[in-house]
Amino acid sequence: MTPDQELTAYTLRLGDNALVLGQRMLELVAAGPELEEELANANLALDYIGQARLFYSYAAEREGNGRSEDDLAFLRHEHEYRNLLLLEQPNGHFGDTIVRQVLFDAFYLLQLEALMGCSDSRLAEIAARATKEVRYHLRHSERWLLRLGDGTARSRQKVQGSLDNLWHYTGEMFSADDLDNSIQKRFDGPDLPAIEAAWNSSITAIVDTATLTLPVDRDMASGGKQGAHTEHFGYLIAEMQHLPRSYPGVTW
Amino acid sequence: MSEKEWPLYEVFIRTRSGLSHRHAGSVHAPDEQMAIDNARDTYTRRSEGVSIWVVRSDRIVASDPAETAELFEPAEDKIYRHPTFYEIPDGVENL
Repeated sequence: MTPDQELTAYTLRLGDNALVLGQRMLELVAAGPELEEELANANLALDYIGQARLFYSYAAEREGNGRSEDDLAFLRHEHEYRNLLLLEQPNGHFGDTIVRQVLFDAFYLLQLEALMGCSDSRLAEIAARATKEVRYHLRHSERWLLRLGDGTARSRQKVQGSLDNLWHYTGEMFSADDLDNSIQKRFDGPDLPAIEAAWNSSITAIVDTATLTLPVDRDMASGGKQGAHTEHFGYLIAEMQHLPRSYPGVTW
Repeated sequence: MSEKEWPLYEVFIRTRSGLSHRHAGSVHAPDEQMAIDNARDTYTRRSEGVSIWVVRSDRIVASDPAETAELFEPAEDKIYRHPTFYEIPDGVENL
């Protein structure tokens, strides 16, 4: 890949992360635990979808081969999506959702802040805009994690289970592949080891305050960045792509 | 697990700097901090505000509807208290 193509591929990855997490959060619409949290979830979901649109429309422009942002979002095959495995994990119970949100948003915020300083001005602008949204997401999910962890014995037990289960998917965020390395080198992109150190200290602080225990499991799953997904992903895109695949070109 | 409902909070939104907070509605929330978040998500989705106040509904002391007559009716025939005899200068929007 030329550096130009690499930047396009990286932009697509960012779009895939935002779209897949947005789709997951949208599944909670009409299934929230409380009316107010329902609205909060829908707001988060729409923020992610909005970010996905910015990343996809930029990637489509860079590709310049006639594919639109919708084509990128809806008409690719499973192995062509390069989102992190963490983001396609099912919503589970409310504690599972909150833990997934905290683990990812703490990383995503650091990634976006790093991208604000990258040498591609368009990507830096998108990152600057998304940063404000994600800062709020993290604040909201973090507050919930504190309340669930430091809540009742049952809520702590459940959310500790969520943390133990999802921890397995956190290593992938920091394991730099060729594309990550190249974006860092050529475009002043995110420095993943530095982000990992910052993430570790912020997650440790949150987990401590929530009176939870940091998992010791270091066996990490990977594959999302290369398009090898967990079994949950097929169902997610089947539902997401159903409409544009059944009614090609449909508008409303 | 407790089946208790979350307490109700009244929400006040200031739409712009310089204006006062206005009652916007109410939200349920487990505590004060989350009430701010819920109010933000419920009442400022369309850029309605720059500041939020929340207060637990059961902390608000309200007048008794049965006392409406003695509280409010005496003011009705004192029209000299209404500022209707002044001309409002052009360009004053928020009086």
